[in-house]
Amino acid sequence: MVDSLEKKSFATALAGYFGNFKLSEHATGVGFILLFLLATIVGWPNFLQFRNLTNILRQISYTGIIGLGMTLIIISGGIDLSVGSMTAFTGGITIFFLNLFPGDSVLAVILSSMFAIVFGSICGLFNGLLVTKGRIAPFIATLGTMSIFRSLIQYFSGAGNILSNNNLYADIGSGVFLRIPVPVWVFIAVAVVLHIVLNDTRFGRYVCAVGANEQVARYSAIKVQTIKLIPYVITGFTAGLTALLWSSRLNCINPSDCTGYELDAIAAAVIGGTSMSGGKGSVMGTVMGAVMLGMINNMLVLGGVSSYLQQAARGLVIIVAVLLQYNNKN
Amino acid sequence: MRKVALVVLIVLMTVMPLFAQGGKESAVTKIGVSIPSADHGWTGGIVWWAEKAVNDVKAEMPGRFEFRVVTADNPSSQVRNVEDLLVWGMDYLVILPHESAPLTPIVKEVHTQGVRIIVVDRGLTDTSFGYVNLAGDNTGLGRLSGAWLAKTMKAEGLKNYVAMGGLPVTIDTERMNAFFAEMDKDPSLVNLLGKDKYEFADWSTQKGLSLMETFLQQYPKIDAVFCQDDDVLTGVLQAIKESGRKDIKVALGGAGSKVVYKMIMDGNPLVRATATYHPSMIADGIHYIVDVATGKKPDDFHLANKPTSMVIPSVMVDKTNVAQFYEPDSIY
Repeated sequence: MVDSLEKKSFATALAGYFGNFKLSEHATGVGFILLFLLATIVGWPNFLQFRNLTNILRQISYTGIIGLGMTLIIISGGIDLSVGSMTAFTGGITIFFLNLFPGDSVLAVILSSMFAIVFGSICGLFNGLLVTKGRIAPFIATLGTMSIFRSLIQYFSGAGNILSNNNLYADIGSGVFLRIPVPVWVFIAVAVVLHIVLNDTRFGRYVCAVGANEQVARYSAIKVQTIKLIPYVITGFTAGLTALLWSSRLNCINPSDCTGYELDAIAAAVIGGTSMSGGKGSVMGTVMGAVMLGMINNMLVLGGVSSYLQQAARGLVIIVAVLLQYNNKN
Repeated sequence: MRKVALVVLIVLMTVMPLFAQGGKESAVTKIGVSIPSADHGWTGGIVWWAEKAVNDVKAEMPGRFEFRVVTADNPSSQVRNVEDLLVWGMDYLVILPHESAPLTPIVKEVHTQGVRIIVVDRGLTDTSFGYVNLAGDNTGLGRLSGAWLAKTMKAEGLKNYVAMGGLPVTIDTERMNAFFAEMDKDPSLVNLLGKDKYEFADWSTQKGLSLMETFLQQYPKIDAVFCQDDDVLTGVLQAIKESGRKDIKVALGGAGSKVVYKMIMDGNPLVRATATYHPSMIADGIHYIVDVATGKKPDDFHLANKPTSMVIPSVMVDKTNVAQFYEPDSIY
């Protein structure tokens, strides 16, 4: 009796769930599954190999990690175009810092890792202060710092490769733990933390509120300026992490590395359902968006699609993914 | 307060250059150098070699020349740079154009003002007026790379190869076509991507790395990789190293970076050669114009009704001759 009741309630719950299933609420998930199936077919049989999947995850983790921070900025109503330059800048300065220590010192690697994260956060703080204290539109402020960061690292390095003298440093970026590359672990960890921050903390709710309507948020006694500032610092933090992971992968960094990261990071967030007008978005959506971008690239190469047409295919998938969301909203 | 600060800043920026230039009118020859900004390793090399040539000339003949080296990150800002150099009153222009077509009109205008011009690397689309074109040898890079790779693969009984290009632009197509022309001569060599097919690595280390990861996944046996550029090669080698695969026997880049010269010198088993397309060509251009200005070379090219073309030939660098190309201080 009890058993059948439970079964029945489960069945109704299931029916209720599917009865209320709205494509708009799950557009990213549906798009993700469709794309995964498409990639499996186009890239058969190599796409499904474990190594290929971890390759994809590692390839997207660099821009993915930044995309997670970017999601918070976009939700708060801002944008950060400087992340690519910031990553190269932070990576380069970090290697200069690392090279202050002689030999293969473990301590140097640990200190440099912390240095990268702190330095990135400071760059992010700088952006945030320009936007909040300087009251410059985020697009303009970060367009400015984008050039500043890039130009500074080219100046300091003479536009040449910045090589590290510490062989242990390379173990971070090219390391593998439980068959999963280190950058992927970091990506997952940051995603989980920021997911909790966005959904289960007061700060997360305030970010949404400020992005949705700044005036109303101000009248609700939210410290709008502080709430707008913190996402930039978080994004700087994620750029610092990426700088650490990328510069240690090859144990060197080129000042022209990481160009275009901002576009991939923004694309990941938008594909993942984050609204460019602010107020709404999800960290897990961005994770899926970033992975989708990686799957597209991988599938096109595996499928032997003309290299001239690959960018078009990529653009098409981005547009379709976003159409799927917006057309179902109203 | 902010407004006041802004106004002061603008005034300063307008006035400062006036002071900087004031009272310098004399017999010094003004040479403008317009180059792309350092957006990847090779253009980084261009900037470095331009600065080096300028400093060398200044040290050799102090006070004789005044230089302005300006960089641009896209063709339209390069046009603006050249306009600025014209206002500055340059007597000579050394230019490495971003793209030929958009820069041609402004260079022609500069020519009508009597400025002697050297165009380095790629030419202009208008060839009806007189300038020196010191051209890089893209076809040569592709041809030498193809011939070397075909010969090496043949000698070692290797068969399967994959190929990467840069970006879909003219110079890239010239390189790849010349490369495949050589490779196709030997029907026993198999391009795993299909005849004359290749993927774009954007002349970027990161793109080369992820492309190679995908190739390694896709093809169980690869004997050789041609990736056309030494920056891309860094990424390719990293992917091979991380995969632990031992089947790849040859990896060939191109252009001639310091890092790759060092690998060749040290006897790297995978990296044994590279075809030059070296950023030092901008230094050749600057030294050429200095020779013209000091009368060591004729300047009648200016009056001709077609450009004087000179090609800086691509050279295959391997263990036998690498020592004469290696420049430890260069950044590229």
